Amino acid sequence: MNYEPIIGLEVHAELLTRSKMFCGCEVVDSITAKPNRYICPVCTGQPGALPVLNRKAIELAVRVGLALGCEIHAESIFARKNYFYPDLPKGYQISQYDQPLATDGKLLIETEAGIKEIRIRRVHLEEDTGKLSHADAHSFIDYNRSGVPLLEIVTEPGLRSPDEAKAYASALRAILRYLDVNSGDMEKGVIRFEANVSVRKTGSDQLNPRTEIKNLNSFRALAQGIEYEIARQTEIYSRGGIVEQETLGFNEAAGKTYSQRGKEDAHDYRYFPEPDLPPLVLDADWIHSIRTQLPELPDAKTKRFISDFNLTPSDARFLTSDLSLAHYFERVAASSKSPAKTVHSWIAGEFMRNLNDSGASIGDVTLAPESFAQLIDMVTDKIIGGNAAKIVLTELLQNGGDPAQIVKEKGLAQVSDESFIQEAVTKVLNDNPSEVEKYLAGKETLLQWFVGQVARATKGKADPNVTRDALVKGLEERRK
Amino acid sequence: MKLHELSLQETHEQLSSRKISSAELTRAYLERVQRIDPQVKSYVTVSEDLALEQARQADERIKSGDGLTTLTGIPYSAKDSLSTRGVNTTCSSKILENYKPFYDSTAITNLNLAGSVLLGKNNMDEFGMGSSTENSGFFTTRNPWNFDRVPGGSSGGSAAAVAAGLAPFALGEDTGGSVRMPASFCGVTGLKTTYGRVSRYGLIPLVSSFDTIGPMARSAYDVSLVLEAIAGHDPKDGTSRVESVQNYSESLKKAENLRGLRIGIPKEYFVEGLDKEVDASVRAAIKQIESLGAEVMEVSLPHTQYAIPVYYLILFAEASSNLAKYDGVRFGLSERTTGDLMDVYLKTRETGFGAETKRRIMLGTFALSAGYYDAYYLKAQKVRALIRQDFQKAFETCDALITPVAPTTAFRIGEKISNPLDMYLSDVFVVAINLAGIPALSVPCGFSNGLPIGMQVMGPHLSEETLLRIGHLYQSQTDWHTKHPPCW
Repeated sequence: MNYEPIIGLEVHAELLTRSKMFCGCEVVDSITAKPNRYICPVCTGQPGALPVLNRKAIELAVRVGLALGCEIHAESIFARKNYFYPDLPKGYQISQYDQPLATDGKLLIETEAGIKEIRIRRVHLEEDTGKLSHADAHSFIDYNRSGVPLLEIVTEPGLRSPDEAKAYASALRAILRYLDVNSGDMEKGVIRFEANVSVRKTGSDQLNPRTEIKNLNSFRALAQGIEYEIARQTEIYSRGGIVEQETLGFNEAAGKTYSQRGKEDAHDYRYFPEPDLPPLVLDADWIHSIRTQLPELPDAKTKRFISDFNLTPSDARFLTSDLSLAHYFERVAASSKSPAKTVHSWIAGEFMRNLNDSGASIGDVTLAPESFAQLIDMVTDKIIGGNAAKIVLTELLQNGGDPAQIVKEKGLAQVSDESFIQEAVTKVLNDNPSEVEKYLAGKETLLQWFVGQVARATKGKADPNVTRDALVKGLEERRK
Repeated sequence: MKLHELSLQETHEQLSSRKISSAELTRAYLERVQRIDPQVKSYVTVSEDLALEQARQADERIKSGDGLTTLTGIPYSAKDSLSTRGVNTTCSSKILENYKPFYDSTAITNLNLAGSVLLGKNNMDEFGMGSSTENSGFFTTRNPWNFDRVPGGSSGGSAAAVAAGLAPFALGEDTGGSVRMPASFCGVTGLKTTYGRVSRYGLIPLVSSFDTIGPMARSAYDVSLVLEAIAGHDPKDGTSRVESVQNYSESLKKAENLRGLRIGIPKEYFVEGLDKEVDASVRAAIKQIESLGAEVMEVSLPHTQYAIPVYYLILFAEASSNLAKYDGVRFGLSERTTGDLMDVYLKTRETGFGAETKRRIMLGTFALSAGYYDAYYLKAQKVRALIRQDFQKAFETCDALITPVAPTTAFRIGEKISNPLDMYLSDVFVVAINLAGIPALSVPCGFSNGLPIGMQVMGPHLSEETLLRIGHLYQSQTDWHTKHPPCW
C-alpha cells in the first residue's frame, strides 16, 4: 500500500522595520543586543499601556501580499490570541484571525515534475514574543524581540513532499529578500517554519488527522522534520494504527519529532477582536502605489535572464534564487565581453565552490564584479588557461588584487609557443612509458590524463589545444 | 475663608492674585485628608511629598506668571486605575499592592502640564469591578453623607473625596457607570466622557472598549475646566478621537437659557423598581430644565432591557483578557516560593485577585471559549449594535436625554455584596451609555432621607458642551450641588 503526504506550511517572517509593531522601540539584532535595553511600557505589557499600529509594518506586509498575488483587504481586524507564557508579556498576542490583511495568493515552485503552483491561504500581521533562555536552574526573559513585527504566511495543504516544502520555503525567502522586507538570515531566526503534516493512501481524498511540527528553523530542519513525520505516520497506518492530532517539537540533532501537546491539551486561544486597535482600513490608492513600486521579483527576473542572457531556465533560476547572487551575476555580465553563459558557468561553478569551501555567502564577497569579468575575459582571450584562471580566482576571493597582476606574478600566462610545449610533451611521454604503452595498446582515453600532466608540468600555461595536438603526434611517433 | 470651600474658579483667582499659595492650599487639603479620611477612607495612597513638591513648582510658575492655567496649583486626586509615575497604582487590588508605574498616564501628564497637584489615589472596586467599593482589595469607602452607606462604585473613592472636601476635583473612570453612579450617591457632578475623548493611555483597563476617564467635581462648571485640561487626541491611544477640544468653560459662561434644545425622556428608564423619591426628584429636575426653555418629549430606547446582560458579557470577556498580564512575572504580586511556572501563575492569581474579579475572569474565559464565542460574545456585540442604534434614533429627534442615574439612593454597606446579580442591577440606567460610547453627566438633583439623588443627562458623541451647559444652567437655578455632608 502506498501513502502520500499532505503538507501545509506556516512561515513566520520578521519584518525589517526600524521600530516595533505597536510601539516606538527600536528593532535590534536579538542575538547581539544587550537584553532588555530596547523595551518600553507597551512591549513589556505594563498595565495601562496601549498599542499603536506601525504604518511601515503594514506597508511591508502589503508588499508581500501583493507579490504573492493575494487579495489585499480594504478592512482587516486585529485580534487577541490569549495564552499564558512568560515570553508573552500581555497574556495575549496581538495577531489577526478571521479577517486577515491578505488572502488567496500563490507561489510557483520548481519541482522534479516541473513548475507547481502552491496556493497561499492567508498573510497576516502579528507581534513577536520575547526570548527565553535557561541556565543554572533559572530562566531569563529578554523582551528586546517582544513586539517586533511578524508576518505569518500560511499555505493551503498543497505540498506533497519534503522537497516541495523546501522549494516553497526557499522561494518564499527569496521573495522576502527581493521585497526588502526580511534579511533572510535564517541562523538569526528571522524566518521560522511550522509544518502541518498528514498522510493518506495514495489517490484517496480522505483527510487524516494532522500533526503540527513547530521550531523548524532551517531549510534542512524543515525537510528533515517533515521527512521523519511522514515516515512515522506511514508506519503507524501500515500497521493499522491511528495517528493522533498533536503538536510536535523537532530535535534537530536527533532528526526526530517529539510530542509537545496532545489534542486534549490543545490551546483554546479565545480569539476576539482587539479592542485597543480600530479596524485597519487601507486606502485603495495607497495599495496601488505600493503595487507600482514593487521590485522585479524572482519569476520575472528569471524570464528576463532567459531572454536577455540566453540562459537555460534552470541556469537562470539558479542565479535568481538569491537576489544578491542575481545582482552579482548581472554586474559581472555587464562588465564582461564573454558570453553570459560563460559568466554563469564561472559563477555557478568555481565561484560557488570557493564560497562553499570557505563557508562564506554571497554577501561576504568583496571581489569587484569588474575584476571577475576581467578574469573571465582573459580566459576567453586565451591569455590564460582555465586551470590557471581557477587559481587566480581563488587568490582574488581570498586576498583581493588585480587579475592581470596576479597572472604576471605567478607566471600563469598561457603559452602557445610550440617548442615550449613540445619540450614538456616529450618529457611527460618519456617519464611515463607504461601509460604510453597502454595508450598504444588501445586505451585512448588516457590522452586527457596526458594533457593534465602537461598542464601540471607547465603550471597551466600550456594551451590545451596545442598540447593535445603535440601529444597525439608524439604518441603516434612512438607507435612506429 | 475655608480654602476647601472655594470653587475651582475662585481658587484659581486666589492663587493667581497670590492671596494664597499652592503650598498653603495643598497643606490645607492634606491636613483635611489626614483628619477626615480615616472615617471616609477615600484614599488608598496619599502622595504627600510629591504633592508638596508639585505645589512648590506651581508657586514658582505662578510667581513667574509663565504658562499659567486655571488648574495651576490646584490639588486633585485620581482613581487608582490611572498610572502615576513613582506613585503606587493598585487598582485597589492586592495583586498590584506595591506596584509603582514608571510612566504617567496621559490624563495625569496633561494635569502635570497644567500645573495641578496630585494629592493621592482614590479607592475603588478592584479593577473597577463593582458598584460600591466593597470589592476593593483593601477596604470599603464610606458615603460621606452617611457612613453606613456605600459611596457607589467603582470610582467611589474619588466621589467621596470630592463630596467630603478632601479634593476640589478628582479624576474618575467610567466603564459602566463608575463615574456617574458614585457621583449620584455622593452628591457631586461627574462626567462620563465620549469614548476616546480623553486618552486611555496609562489607564489600567477593565473593558478597553468601554473605559473612559472623566472629571468629578462640585459643579458642571468645575467639570468643564478639568475636561478642557485632560481631553484631546493622543497618538499613544489608537482609539482616541482626533476632533479638537472645545472651550467648554467659555461656552458655559455665555449660556443663558436652553431655548431650542430638545430633551428626550426615555420611557424605559422610568419603570417599576425606580424609587419613588428618585423618580419625583428627577421629574422635578426635568420640569426645571423645561422652564429654562428646553422642549421636553418622551422617547423610546426599545433595547434597554438587554443592556445589562450585553454589558456584563462583553465586560467579562474583555476583562478576562485584560487581567491576563497579572501573572507574577514582571510586576506586582509574585508568589514564587515553590513549584514550577504553573504554580507561580496559580498562586499569584489566587492570592492576588478578589472573589468578584475571579468570578468575572472565569465567566469571561468561558464566554470566549471555542464553541461558546458565537452564542455569547458575538451575540452580545450584535445586540450592542442595536442598543447603539436606539440612541442614534433618539438623537435624530432630541439633543439630549434625561434619566435617573440609579434606581435608588446609596444602599447600605453589606446590603448587596452577597448577591452579585442584585449589585449588577444597580447599574441598570448607566451601562447602555458605555455600550453606545456616548457622554453622560450626573448632576445632583435632590435628596431622599439625607442621601443625594442624581439625574443623568446624556447626548450624542462629543456633545459634552451641551451636557455641561444643561448641567450648568440647572445648577445656576438650584442648590443641590452646593449642599455638603456633615463631615465637610
